[in-house]
Amino acid sequence: MTLQDYLYYFILPVLTLSVILLFIRFVKGPSISDRVVSLDLHITTGIGIISIYSIINDQPTFLDIAMILALIAFLGTIAFSYYIEKKEKNE
Amino acid sequence: MKSIILKTGSDYLLPLLIMFSIFILLRGHYLPGGGFVGGLIASIAFVLHFFANSLENTKNIIRIHPGLLIPVGLVFALFSAIIPLFLDQAVMTAQWMHEPLPVIGMVGTALLFDIGVYLVVLGVTLTIIFTISETM
Repeated sequence: MTLQDYLYYFILPVLTLSVILLFIRFVKGPSISDRVVSLDLHITTGIGIISIYSIINDQPTFLDIAMILALIAFLGTIAFSYYIEKKEKNE
Repeated sequence: MKSIILKTGSDYLLPLLIMFSIFILLRGHYLPGGGFVGGLIASIAFVLHFFANSLENTKNIIRIHPGLLIPVGLVFALFSAIIPLFLDQAVMTAQWMHEPLPVIGMVGTALLFDIGVYLVVLGVTLTIIFTISETM
C-alpha cells in the first residue's frame, strides 16, 4: 500500500465521516456553544483535507492557505465566546 | 475578556502576525498572497489583541484612527498609476527596477499598488470592527 492509496482510501474517508458527524451536531446542537465548537472543528477538518491535497499534488503553497484558515477559525471562536460572555453579562 | 492565556498569547502573536502579513504582501506578485490577504491578516492581528485586551489598549498601539489609512492607501495606489506619466509613458504602464533588491526581489509599481491595497483593507476592516464593538 503506497502513501497515495493510504491517503485516498483511509484518511480522506475518515475525515469525510467526521465532517458528516460534525454537521449533524451543527444542525441539532441544543445550545449555541455546541454549534460554535462544531464550526471550529469543521474548519480544523478542512485544514486536514487541505494538507492531504497539498501532499497529493506536491504543492507547499496550499499549506499557507491552511495556516490562514486556522488563524481565522481561532479568531472566530474567540469572537463568538467574547460575545456570548458579553450577552450573558447583559442579561 | 479576562483570560491570562489569551492575553499572553496575543502579546506574542501581534508582532508575529504582522511579520507574516508583510511576508504575504511581498510574495504576492508571482505566488499566492498579495495586498488584500496581507491586510486581512494584519487586521486579524489587531482584532485578536483587541479581544484579549480592551479597545483602548489596541487604539493606543495603533495611535492614529484606522480610517486615516484608507486615503493614505488610495494615494499609494494613485502614485503607482501616475508614475509612468513622468517617464513619458502611458498611465498605468508597469515599471520595474532593473536589478532585484536583496531580500524583496524585483520591485515595481505593482508592489506600490499592493501596499496601497494592504493599507486600505487594514483601514476598512479595523474601522468596521471597532465601530461595531463600540456600539455594542
